[in-house]
Amino acid sequence: MLRQDHYKTSVYKTPFHERTSELNILNEWTRWKDYTVSTSYFRTDLEYFAVRNTTGVIDYTPMVKQKITGPDAAEFVNRFFTRDMNKIAVGRVGYVVWCDEAGQVLDDGTVFHVRENEYWLLCVERQLDNLGNSAVGFDVKIEEITDEVACLGVQGPTSCSILKAIGFDAIEHLKPFDIKHYDFQGQEVMVSRTGFSGDLGYEVCMPNDVALNLWDELFDKGEIYGIKPFGLDALDLVRIEAGLLVPGQDFMVAEEAIRPGSTRSPFELGLSWLVDLSKPVFNGREALLEEKKRGSRYTFVKLNINGNKPAEGAYLYNQSGKKIGNVTSAMFSPSAKANIAFATLHDPWKKGKDKIIAEIYYQKDLEWNKVMEEATIVTKPFFDPDRKRTTPAELY
Amino acid sequence: MEKYDAIVIGAGHNGLTNAAYLAKSGLKVLVLEKNDYIGGAAVSRELHDGWTYSNCSYVCSLLRPEIYRDLNLQKHGLQVIAYGGSVTFMEDGNIFGGYSDHDVQRREIGRFSKKDADAYVRFGRDVSKQCRFIKPLLLRTPPDPTSFRPKDLDELLYLFKRLYGLGEQTIYETIRFYTMSAAEYLAEYFESDIVKAAMSGSGIIGTALGPYSPGTAYVLLHHYMGEVDGSIGSWGFARGGMGSVSKALAGALQEYDGKIITDAEVTQIQVKNGKTTGVVLANGDEYHAKNVVSNLDARRTYQDLFDPQDLSEKLLKQVDNFKFNGSSGKLNIALDGLPEFPAMGKDNPLIYADMHFIDSLERIERAYDDWKNGRWSQDPYVDMLIPTMTDPTMAPPGKHYMSVFVQYAPPKLATGEWTDKDREGFGKTVIDQIGEYSPNFKDLIVHAEIRTPQDIENEVGLTEGNIFQGELTMDQMFFNRPFPGYAQFRGPVKGFYMCGSSTHPGGGVMAAPGANAAREILYDLKRKNIVPEAENDD
Ligand SMILES: Cc1cc2nc3c(=O)[nH]c(=O)nc-3n(C[C@H](O)[C@H](O)[C@H](O)COP(=O)(O)OP(=O)(O)OC[C@H]3O[C@@H](n4cnc5c(N)ncnc54)[C@H](O)[C@@H]3O)c2cc1C
Repeated sequence: MLRQDHYKTSVYKTPFHERTSELNILNEWTRWKDYTVSTSYFRTDLEYFAVRNTTGVIDYTPMVKQKITGPDAAEFVNRFFTRDMNKIAVGRVGYVVWCDEAGQVLDDGTVFHVRENEYWLLCVERQLDNLGNSAVGFDVKIEEITDEVACLGVQGPTSCSILKAIGFDAIEHLKPFDIKHYDFQGQEVMVSRTGFSGDLGYEVCMPNDVALNLWDELFDKGEIYGIKPFGLDALDLVRIEAGLLVPGQDFMVAEEAIRPGSTRSPFELGLSWLVDLSKPVFNGREALLEEKKRGSRYTFVKLNINGNKPAEGAYLYNQSGKKIGNVTSAMFSPSAKANIAFATLHDPWKKGKDKIIAEIYYQKDLEWNKVMEEATIVTKPFFDPDRKRTTPAELY
Repeated sequence: MEKYDAIVIGAGHNGLTNAAYLAKSGLKVLVLEKNDYIGGAAVSRELHDGWTYSNCSYVCSLLRPEIYRDLNLQKHGLQVIAYGGSVTFMEDGNIFGGYSDHDVQRREIGRFSKKDADAYVRFGRDVSKQCRFIKPLLLRTPPDPTSFRPKDLDELLYLFKRLYGLGEQTIYETIRFYTMSAAEYLAEYFESDIVKAAMSGSGIIGTALGPYSPGTAYVLLHHYMGEVDGSIGSWGFARGGMGSVSKALAGALQEYDGKIITDAEVTQIQVKNGKTTGVVLANGDEYHAKNVVSNLDARRTYQDLFDPQDLSEKLLKQVDNFKFNGSSGKLNIALDGLPEFPAMGKDNPLIYADMHFIDSLERIERAYDDWKNGRWSQDPYVDMLIPTMTDPTMAPPGKHYMSVFVQYAPPKLATGEWTDKDREGFGKTVIDQIGEYSPNFKDLIVHAEIRTPQDIENEVGLTEGNIFQGELTMDQMFFNRPFPGYAQFRGPVKGFYMCGSSTHPGGGVMAAPGANAAREILYDLKRKNIVPEAENDD
């Protein structure tokens, strides 16, 4: 049991704090669940380019981590998540969503099939209640391990070289979404070729007590490969370019939604590829079948918007001036030199027929101005380099 | 003899709100109050030199912000200061804290059940959904579901729209919700007994029901839907005690030239040819007006002020059947210093918060059993606060005022009426319970006001001491409050209205019944409505 006076530390420091606080020369921090993390270390655009050009390291320890173990683990995850989990073999990672009974997305995340009968779920919101309610009749154990496991994202073109240099042999042979365990100073660390950057990159999960040593090794060996820390602001830029959604920003998690119509089904988030309706049972299946018949209310799209004014929070209209949706994330992409956004569209928008026009407010010299800019739908990620997929990975 | 457009009987906060709106509309208004102070159950009094007590109600959050703003209560001296948190002391020496920080609260729940900690999000969402449904209804008049008048049909339509606006799933949940017990409702989310006990408290405050009684889920919501500055579910102190609310309302009334007379107990409402003509006081004085509004509860109003011959047999029966079931007592204690609570540790911010000393649903239910048996609870549920931790105006610096709301105490004991000795025994039970968790508490007491339901009835006029002017159960709510057919603030005779907590939406320092009644009176008088509607929350 936590000590009764735990309230005295309302917000925790991550196991990397000693190092991140030295490097955070801007002293810019934000709260991510129980922890404080850097929003920016030295300059957001340079941190961004470290990820795109050399290697950026992000402390994502606050990510909620749940461990599911037991003889029925495989069957249980297949019942909980919408996709066919049998396809995620031991040693592989899969992107997942899961729904409430109404087929509305509770959260998204990644599932690590760590070993036979052991899965880790990494996501934004805590799921012990949802997982526990679904576990009735399954021989599984569900624990939260967020505070016991420290995590780093090591992302960017030179990331493979750096990890190899600290002793992770043959890491270049990991295919995207592969997992491999390594010994680091006598402790087991888990490395996966995953990440939130849409580029070559890895995630490293480790016991807290080797966290500082591993960080030091990375930055020591990584120096010649251009290693830099990056904060949440730069992360937001790379993840939009990569086309990755954030719960609580691009959609409302059903667990917290109060107003009807504010939640989204996987179909409405462009995630039909994560739903396998041929599975006999999973949470939300009935409702999703019904939606297939009846049609969806919303369409998620990636937009390329004319002009150079980021469309944050913009209303979207069709050619007759009817509101057809709004933007959920937006930025001017340094890599694509394009004005990009995620948006959710609804009636009376007609696919293929209607124009999409963004109402963008922006400030110059403190004056607010408005432009109406036309947007086109993009299907591929805005930034999608080959090196993201190439195996063996690029070494420098 | 001066003539008035409207006379309001009772200067409770609802009477004052009602009068303020009538006066603001340009009517000549008189408020008659039996006590030599105003406020009813929203009152601050100095009973011990240097200490101000919030004698009855003690925390403020239900007060409608729309009225606060519209009547400019800030200008008339009202300040509501937010405070945070709650704490339940457990028999085994542990505590369960209610922290305002979401993550700290989750971790605190997690000390007892990790699953409950995560379920807290779902609980918060579902309660918020119910609040969203009900909040706009607080400043509206319930429709008469049997009437075909356009006004009622419009209102029914509005209601159905709201209901359907909840979404399919929530409609089912809403209907279940109104008939469930707090214990059943909480069990749909939580497994830990301490978590459930701590959260069930607001389901029984003021009501003669136990946590396992159907209907207490709603009472829980009634206490949850308050807000301070848009922060739903949080509570605040009226600076200077709850009397500041009444004082500010009186200030607004006087600004619009309304008049208040205290020490003026009304004994009769005059009726002539089915119309009200005025009132008679205990001292024989008469005041005349075509409109008479009662701030008293439904039973007092109809049984004490009307000649039964002016009322129908059916109405008299309804008055008889209206449930009060007083169940609450109160201690106001002047302290020479700050009591220590070792279980909480030093410098714990929960010293600012609500404190409770009962740690399981079972124990709360046993406390309720005592009520049924005509005894005060031997192991009571108390809602205890030290307002002077926040408010510097209520006691000398370094000294403290402690407010202790007590559940349960019956309006009448099995042994008969309350005696002075019973009152003392009741006070001792409560003081002993607190003393068990605070070793220096008893030595710090310099004065205590002990109030039984009977005292509350005698002083404030709340029948049986029921704090809501009548139980808040489904059969007495919305278009059934106080009675079917009379839920629109009107009575059986022309020109007569009700504006107290016996009317929609019920008790608590909300000012909503008073404002709602004013809207209906202005409608009958064909005057422009000036009573604000609820702000849209979407
Ligand atoms: C102990 C206690 C604690 C409470 N705690 C809280 C709390 O913390 N927060 C909260 O929001 N609510 C609380 N409440 C409830 C809340 O105080 C009441 O529901 C609310 O104040 C009632 O207001 P009212 O104006 O409707 O009626 P009342 O306050 O009952 O006003 C009626 C007025 O009429 C007067 N009167 C009676 N008979 C006559 C007569 N014959 N002639 C002239 N005048 C007459 C009375 O003296 C009184 O002033 C509490 C109530 C009690 C009793």
